[in-house]
Amino acid sequence: MLGATGWFLDNAWLIPIIPGVAFALIILIGKRLPMQGSELGVASMAASLVLSVGAAYQWIQRVDDAGGHSEAGTLGLIAGFGRSLTAAQEEGAAYVQPVIRSWTWWESGGASFGYGQHIDGLAVMMLFLVAFISLLVQIYSLEYVRGDRRYTHFFAAITLFSAGMLVMVLGENMIQVILGWEIMGLCSFLLIGHWWEDEANSTAALKAFLTVRVGDIGLLVGTSVLFFGANDWTQENLGTSGFTIQGLSAWALSGEASETVLLWGAVALFIACIGKSGQFPLHTWLPDAMAGPTPVSSLLHSSTMVVAGVFLVARLYPVFWEAFSIPDVSVNFIVVIAGITIVISALLAFVQDDIKKVLAYSTVSQLGYMMLGLGAGAWLPAVFHIFTHAFFKCCLFLCAGSVSHSGSHHSFDMKRDMGGLAKKMPITAGAWIVATLALAGVFPLSGFFSKDEIIDNVGHNGYEVFMYIALFGAFLTAGYMTRATYLTFFGEPRGAAAHASALEAAGAASGRAGASPQNDASGHVPSPGGAADPALEEGRASAGQVGVSPLEDRAVGGLSSEEDDPADPALHGELATAGLAHADHGDAEHHGPHESPKLILIPVCILAFFALTAGFTNAVAFGEDWEQFKEYVEPIAEASDLEAAGAAPRASDLEAAGAASVRSGSSILNDASSHSVSSPAPVQEEGGEEEHASGCGYTAPEEGGICFFPAVSHAEFEWSKAALSLIVVGIGLVGSWFVCVALYSKRSRSLVGLTQRLAPARWGYNFLWNKYYLDHLYEQRIIRSIAHPIARGANWVNQNVIDGVVNGLGIGGRKTGGWVYRNIDQRVVDGAVNASGAAAGGTGHALQPVQSGKVNQYGALLFGAAAVFAIVLVIVNV
Amino acid sequence: MFAVNFFLLAAVLFCIGVYGVIARRNAVLVLMSVELILNSVNLNLLGFSLINGNIDGHVFALYIIAVAAAEVGVGLAMVMLVYRNRRSIALDDLSEMKG
Repeated sequence: MLGATGWFLDNAWLIPIIPGVAFALIILIGKRLPMQGSELGVASMAASLVLSVGAAYQWIQRVDDAGGHSEAGTLGLIAGFGRSLTAAQEEGAAYVQPVIRSWTWWESGGASFGYGQHIDGLAVMMLFLVAFISLLVQIYSLEYVRGDRRYTHFFAAITLFSAGMLVMVLGENMIQVILGWEIMGLCSFLLIGHWWEDEANSTAALKAFLTVRVGDIGLLVGTSVLFFGANDWTQENLGTSGFTIQGLSAWALSGEASETVLLWGAVALFIACIGKSGQFPLHTWLPDAMAGPTPVSSLLHSSTMVVAGVFLVARLYPVFWEAFSIPDVSVNFIVVIAGITIVISALLAFVQDDIKKVLAYSTVSQLGYMMLGLGAGAWLPAVFHIFTHAFFKCCLFLCAGSVSHSGSHHSFDMKRDMGGLAKKMPITAGAWIVATLALAGVFPLSGFFSKDEIIDNVGHNGYEVFMYIALFGAFLTAGYMTRATYLTFFGEPRGAAAHASALEAAGAASGRAGASPQNDASGHVPSPGGAADPALEEGRASAGQVGVSPLEDRAVGGLSSEEDDPADPALHGELATAGLAHADHGDAEHHGPHESPKLILIPVCILAFFALTAGFTNAVAFGEDWEQFKEYVEPIAEASDLEAAGAAPRASDLEAAGAASVRSGSSILNDASSHSVSSPAPVQEEGGEEEHASGCGYTAPEEGGICFFPAVSHAEFEWSKAALSLIVVGIGLVGSWFVCVALYSKRSRSLVGLTQRLAPARWGYNFLWNKYYLDHLYEQRIIRSIAHPIARGANWVNQNVIDGVVNGLGIGGRKTGGWVYRNIDQRVVDGAVNASGAAAGGTGHALQPVQSGKVNQYGALLFGAAAVFAIVLVIVNV
Repeated sequence: MFAVNFFLLAAVLFCIGVYGVIARRNAVLVLMSVELILNSVNLNLLGFSLINGNIDGHVFALYIIAVAAAEVGVGLAMVMLVYRNRRSIALDDLSEMKG
């Protein structure tokens, strides 16, 4: 029954420990090391990656062994595609036990809180993904943040960040998941606010932290609710607490769970996921999180942090499956939120000028896809989308960083400082285009295989409405990514990107230097009736006049030297002067667009390669032999024998073994006492044959059986359905390309200024520009209406109640002190001391005459006393 | 029993010695009185030794005589020093220890 385990699987808990220790070392001794601590971070991630690959390899072996066919090991999840598999899926395939080890951390009130590892296909996949992406991002950071003022702290925080995600991925129970979750929250705060000297950055960090915290309440509530609902059942049947992932999964599918408890627990947990994964009402922190350094954005948005919410849903999938009745309905909480998220964030991506914000909204939208897949029962495609999305989104962010690092003088503004960079940065542009096509879901690239599967399965599982929403989202995705690609890499160079050509034409430069900064200062005010597309106007202005002077050019470049919010005009004014001030920034040729150094290009190219090929690990389109993910990542939804499920994986655990023995004892007692009463306690079927209740997740498992995963259904791949989505994507790509060419290069009269002339277009534009007024709603309405009365009330309480109490206490204390001083101290204590002194003095004076100093008198006293004692002795004795 | 005579003599000597210590002002005379007291004790020891019929008392008496010789030596040396410093050995004048 149990497959092979191995050293890597048994010791997978080391994977997060290594970066955790590296974090401590970097903090302690990092500054004294030759590379200022960065080597520790990179080395720890490399070590984690090695362990993860080892664990993945052994997991594949374990599944193969359990599946009954002993094919030689594969080359790991990635390289394993293309291998022909014997179809051992249907008969003899049983649920493969995850490798669980746990240690008790602390116990309280009968509940023990453990930490440990829960290694199954999902965990192995995520471990590999997190370690791999983190390693590449750290290598990239070596170049990108070189010379930063907090270089060591950057690496410390980013290492701890990865460690937090790894802790959560490994988590054996909810407490550990919360631990990793909160570590990530803290590190995201530190990293987004890495350049906290700019107030915009520290505000963004605070916003990210607090917004996620709003959701985190849900995590705590949901964990508690599920614990109190499940603990009795899990203690009785599995001998584990109600915090364990396995216990919760089995409980949810056992058919004995209370519907209400499940529903509220799942809703609370999903609220946490909304906060963490940037789903609809709480997505506003994600674009602001772009204030951090680009590698941070990349890590945050690809494999860690935002994926944590999706991962949590995937991890506790049976809970959500049962709570929202996923197989039976055609609309539920998760898919509604996800559907809204997909569309609104994709629309928002159209009006962003900041390349990173386009990508941020794209991430939000893609997370919506993952949630949609999970919500609609398409577990495997959603998890697969986590996998593929990490590669191409990380690649896109690193490309954006590469562009700003080497091409646009640290600006991220596509309309002002980019354009035409494909010629200057061919490798970056190539990687970007590959990743863009992958994101859009073009056929042979990775995004197609995951996204199309989500769309397909969503429709297959009865959520047709959301399938069309997802298709519309795919169309939008293709559109906004084409727009970003065009603005960045094609068309006329503008701003900093045009610097080199500006230098060439510097001799012919005319006196336009004064005009443009004014244009900038008034440029980005999004007034409802004013200039509709000011950035566009400005872009046309500078693009039309290639001969801008170098001075003005640097000013524009320096204007966005930090990643600021381009929508904030006041900040822009400040930075414009600052940009002018450091016009002697460096050599002119250093600022011209050029290809990035190798340390940046190598991770980008590796990621682009994976963006190209990762889809083949689960290429449903080519038949079952290609479905590696289905075989190795998705748990097999077969009911296991209760004893094997409960006791065997925890045999190494001492107290679990004790609990198991207690359990068998009680069942013996049951058997002995009554045969007629059907006891609710589980009946131990010694050597009974396995009950293959194929209805896991649909019907309660039979007596003695236990389910850990619902039987998710898979849609048959059909080229006709895939063709539909490919056509939609194709229309999006081509249509957007022509609109971009017409709008940004040819300046078609009918399109330029459309948002200014046409009232509905203007309203729509302003609506999008202001991000649906959600920030306005949160900051002006909710926070003002809730926080301000609270603040006023708190101030009143502070002034009147607390200060009154404090003052009263002070006055009372002073008066008591005075009374004590006068009466106790002065009279009693001092009186006693003085009296004893006086008594001693008086006695001394009284006895003074005796000490005459005359020997005779002493002798007389001596003998007199001796005589008196002698007489007394005589009298007494006689 | 003639041993009683030893005790009577010793008592008389002791009383004379005590009188001398208390009443005399001359330091040398006080020392001599102290010797009288010591010797009265010696007589007592000899008397009891006779009564008990062993020689322990004799041994003690000899021992005390030896110690008394040393004590008189120290005492006379002190008296000599006092005399050299003050040209007088009157004990009434030696009252620096007065409290």
